[in-house]
Formats: sequence, C-alpha cells, structure tokens
Amino acid sequence: MQRRLIVLGLAGAALPAHAAKATAAKATATVVIDNFTFTPAMLQVSVGTTVTFVNHDYLPHSIVSAQSPPSFKSKALDTDDSFTHIFDSAGNYSYFCGLHPHMKGMVMVA
Amino acid sequence: MSDHPTRRVALECMLWAGSGLLWTVVGGVPRSALIGGARAAEANFSFAQISDSHIGFSRDPNLDTPGTLQAALDLVRAAPARPSLLLHTGDVSHLSKPAEFDVAAKLIGATGIPTAYVPGEHDVLDDAGKSFIDRFQRGMKQGAAGGAYYSFDQAGIHFIGLNNVSDPKAGGMGNLGAAQLAWLAADLQGRSASTPIVVFAHIPLWVIYPQWGWGTDDGAQALGLLQRFGSVTVLNGHIHQVMQKVEGNVAFHTARATAFPQPAPGSAPSPGPMKVEAGRLRSFLGVASITHVQGTAPLAIIDTPLGA
Ligand SMILES: [Cu+2]
Repeated sequence: MQRRLIVLGLAGAALPAHAAKATAAKATATVVIDNFTFTPAMLQVSVGTTVTFVNHDYLPHSIVSAQSPPSFKSKALDTDDSFTHIFDSAGNYSYFCGLHPHMKGMVMVA
Repeated sequence: MSDHPTRRVALECMLWAGSGLLWTVVGGVPRSALIGGARAAEANFSFAQISDSHIGFSRDPNLDTPGTLQAALDLVRAAPARPSLLLHTGDVSHLSKPAEFDVAAKLIGATGIPTAYVPGEHDVLDDAGKSFIDRFQRGMKQGAAGGAYYSFDQAGIHFIGLNNVSDPKAGGMGNLGAAQLAWLAADLQGRSASTPIVVFAHIPLWVIYPQWGWGTDDGAQALGLLQRFGSVTVLNGHIHQVMQKVEGNVAFHTARATAFPQPAPGSAPSPGPMKVEAGRLRSFLGVASITHVQGTAPLAIIDTPLGA
C-alpha cells in the first residue's frame, strides 16, 4: 500500500533547472479509503502535489471539499475507482464523503 | 409516486383476517411484530415497505439484486389482500445510473401497486437527485422544487416522505435542513392531532449509531413537530436491518434491505455489506407490511424475511 504521509516536491539548488521541474511535477500522494475511513486522515503535502484518493471499499464513497462552495468534488467512486486533485495553493483543506458525511479527512498544503 | 393514488381503497375485513394468518405462517421463520395491538381482522388498510434495493450492486454477498428485489415484490404480492400502497425508503439504485433506475422501475411498476419513493444517498449522485425525482416522484407535489420531499393522504393516513440525503454536512449524519423543516411545520399546521401520521425517509430519523452516521442531525426537530399527534409511525431504511422502538406516541422502525445485510452497530469495523453463509442471504433480506385499523392508534408492523 502506498502511504506517503509527506511528499516534498523540493529540488536541491545544485540540480539543473529541468531536473527541479521534473521533481516538482512528480509530487504525488495517495489517500486510501478502507472500512469507511480515509488513511491518512491528515495528509501533509507541498504546494502543487497531486493527491489521488482510492476507494477500496465494497460501497461507493466520494470526496467533497468542506468549503462552501466546495473547491473540489469527486463523482461517486465505486470499488477501486480513484479521484485526483492537484493542491496548488497553501492551506488546510477539509473534506468529507458525500455519501457518508461522518467520514472526514484533511489535506494540509504548505 | 409513479401513479398517484386517486382511489381510496377499502379492503374487506375478511381478507385481512386471512392475510394476517398467512403472514404468520409463510416459511415458518421468525419475524417480529412491533405492535401486537392491532388485530388483523379489523384492519382495513394495508401498505408495505421495501428498502435499499441497490440495483447495480453485484458483489459478495449478492450478485443478483434484481432477483432479490423481485423476491420481495413477490412476497408483497402473495398476500391475499394486496397492499394498497408500497413505500420505497431509498437506495433504489446503487450508483444512480439510468439503467439501474430502469430495472427498479420496471420490476416495481409490474406489481401495479402505487409506490411512493424517497431517495437514499445512492440515488442522488451527480445530479442532485433530479433524475430520481423525475422518474420516481412524478405526480407528487414537491415541498420545494427539487427537494424530493412531499406529503399525501390515503385511507385517512397522512403520509410524509422526507429527504435527509441531499444536503450532507462535513462530519454530520443525515440532514433535513431548515427549508424542509419549515415545510414540514407548514404541512402539519392545522391538521387534527388524531390524524395518523406515517413519516418515511431513508436514513433513520432517530440516532442509532452516530459513529457510522446512522441518524439524522436535525431529526429531533422533525419529531418535535410531530409530538402533538396521537399516532406517528416513522419508517426508515439505510441500515439494512430491522430496528424498532416506541417512544410515547411514536413508533420507529427500520426495514431490512432487499439487496444485502449490514452488520449490527459496532459489530464490525465498518457498515460495509455483511458477508453471510452461502444460501442464507434471503433470511437477512425482507419486506415490512403495515396494517392500519381505523380508529385504533398504533399501526401494526410485521417484518417478513425473504427466506429461511
Ligand atoms: Cu462514504
């Protein structure tokens, strides 16, 4: 299981510019859903990280930003479906499941 | 409701005497009666509740959800006195897909029994319930445009279909919202306290297990509005198992699913589908039949599993 709690898209100053860009573009992280739970419930990433949410449950879930109006929202994710969102500005992003709103998680972008 | 009930159907007493016996005998399997006070021989109106058909779900433990929905409908039809009304308390479909709605509408429509539907969270995905309302609540006067809640009267009973799945809040459970509560207050205003009330909604209006979201955050406000009525029956689905309680004049009841069972609260890591012994699935699925005896307060609810 991929569980990258912290993914830093920082490139060393000594690296050539194109290498730095490539590294930044590849910053990714994954949140999995098992047993009606987002793991990790708190995900810390750097600005620009692509976060993929994968549903491993037998029932569908969805990812809905808790902001009003929602800043991101997935369709219903059936078993093994996934949703991807790029977090391109800093902040704390709370979200919940649109089918089971007691399921909550947060992406902290710094 | 696909076919708004315009006929007031009065069933003959003798028919109900027969069906009361039938319900007791069929299959010889255990079933629960919430209230034993109403005698079948005196009942003159009956309706049935089905729930959580999840058409489109096809995994362990049920690869044939249309088949088990059909079995539930067969059970409803098997009663000598056919119910005059069917309530579907939501999660008609699994993923709100047109093909799933089609299958459910076709099977349920074939019974010829007028059916009143409320949506479950699986029915309002992606289009805020528009296709569900268009298809399953046509002919109902919506409490608010697109709201998926309404009321109607049949056989002296005031039926109220509520929607607690369309407006979820982060960290919350089921939610009716202020607009729906205001509509409910207006709907009840001026009604005689002796009018029997049947409220049906997908997620239980009473709090069963908040850890799994099994309850409605503002359900207590709705129940407060119903407090002055002498007979209130609250019918829900969502939890795929029978639970019941009586509090004052209010009888609460959740129905079995026709698709798959879910575990008892807290008995599993999550409320996901419960795996059951091969061949025993139908003992966990079922329908509820409800009889109303004119002039007698409580409605009698009998849960019948699809199989042993
Ligand atoms: Cu969910």
